[in-house]
Amino acid sequence: MTTRYTKDHEYIRLEGDTGIVGISDYAQAQLGDVVYVELPSIGKSLAKGAEAAVVESVKAASEIYAPVSGEVVEVNGELEATPGTVNEDPAGRGWFLKLKVKDASELDALMTEEQYQEFVKSIS
Amino acid sequence: MAEPVHADETLLKTPLHAEHVAVGARMVPFAGYDMPVQYPTGILTEHNWTREHAGLFDVSHMGQALLIAEDKSHETVARALETLIPADILNLKPGQQRYSQLLDDKGGILDDLMVSRSADEGDSGRLMLVVNASMKDADYAHIQAHLPNGVTLKRLDDRALIALQGPKAVEVMAKLAPETAGMTFMAARTMKVAGLDCHVSRSGYTGEDGFEISVPADKAAELWRAILADSEVKPIGLGARDSLRLEAGLCLYGHDIDPTTSPIEAGLIWSIQKRRREEGGFPGAARIQQEIKDGPSRVRVGLKPEGRAPAREGAIIATPDGREVGIVTSGGFGPTVNGPVAMGYVSRDVSSVGTDLHLVVRGKPMPAKVAAMPFAPHRYKR
Repeated sequence: MTTRYTKDHEYIRLEGDTGIVGISDYAQAQLGDVVYVELPSIGKSLAKGAEAAVVESVKAASEIYAPVSGEVVEVNGELEATPGTVNEDPAGRGWFLKLKVKDASELDALMTEEQYQEFVKSIS
Repeated sequence: MAEPVHADETLLKTPLHAEHVAVGARMVPFAGYDMPVQYPTGILTEHNWTREHAGLFDVSHMGQALLIAEDKSHETVARALETLIPADILNLKPGQQRYSQLLDDKGGILDDLMVSRSADEGDSGRLMLVVNASMKDADYAHIQAHLPNGVTLKRLDDRALIALQGPKAVEVMAKLAPETAGMTFMAARTMKVAGLDCHVSRSGYTGEDGFEISVPADKAAELWRAILADSEVKPIGLGARDSLRLEAGLCLYGHDIDPTTSPIEAGLIWSIQKRRREEGGFPGAARIQQEIKDGPSRVRVGLKPEGRAPAREGAIIATPDGREVGIVTSGGFGPTVNGPVAMGYVSRDVSSVGTDLHLVVRGKPMPAKVAAMPFAPHRYKR
């Protein structure tokens, strides 16, 4: 299982040719209490870096970008009723969407867990 | 996701800055000050705590000042201030506070403020003003430029301001200052709180019962700790202060009111007492009297989105058939309402409660209804 991170604090966890996308624990802590998540429609094609979802805390709305190119094959509908799950379990139940990855080599440009932790240390 | 904002060394600090940092508050720049936006428990918990118990807010960034008549006459100082604001200050009783607005010549709002008249006879001819942090230098310059001889403005930069808000506020305050229990909403007194010389008003910015306590800066931390020692009290940051005031339907200067809005458009006619409505004598009186008579062309209303998506400041307001009728000036998630709430200005013809409108969020029209404010009922001690 491969998990990669973007500089914008999204993660993508590859399972087969499907990538599960969410935000890092650092990101959820920075956002604060999540009160609303807007998810894309299933079947939507996203280019790497395109807006994939919107997450809203009490204070502000933030865009979530597609870490790699792909087609949305599933979204986490539970976030509609319980958006706070993003804060409670960002890496697990708080996932946003699943992408059918178009080109797995795009993952190579993203950070590994270790690199990401270093990155977070460097900015906090 | 946006990068977090880092504290800037040039920001001003309130006398309570170290108290916030010590408990792990997240500090952000606000009106030139390094202020706590939230404490580790987060905005939702802080908001709910304030509605259910008592929340303690550092609002020392706000501007406190005295307006002083040299002849010690209330009439002198009241008449001087009445040339700048539309509230009736002449008939403000000793020990009472009033909400008002500094107006420009067109009746636009330069700032909103609290004015209180001391209950102490020795303080005759003095009014205490509390203005917004972001506007204080401009306000003081404006006031000073318009004062007649014999009336002076004295900045109270050596004082901190602490607000205690929530249904348990009075119980907590009464232990530190028994006199506070007998005060009603908008009463103001000087008194000892936890043995410290303070000026206390029964007011606030959350819709809850509560107090605002002005204290000398060098005693602020001592007072902060004395109040926080009560198990009913937790510190609350600016994030929850904003969601609390939004649910209470209260205006935030620079967002819901500014020089482009009049107090009548903003729904603040209640703050202009009868004598002033009739007599005028304040900046922009002609326009304001006209708006009172004919109704303004647009008005501030509450807006309740029907879905879960918050509509924030800047969202366009349209009719269901696509006619643009206004703009959202404040909006977000209301934790007590448990859903999105907003306020904004709309044309008067679509301003009645229950009117169906659309709020355009990220290019998409979201159904919403004009709603009565406050969204969360006021619980003032009348």
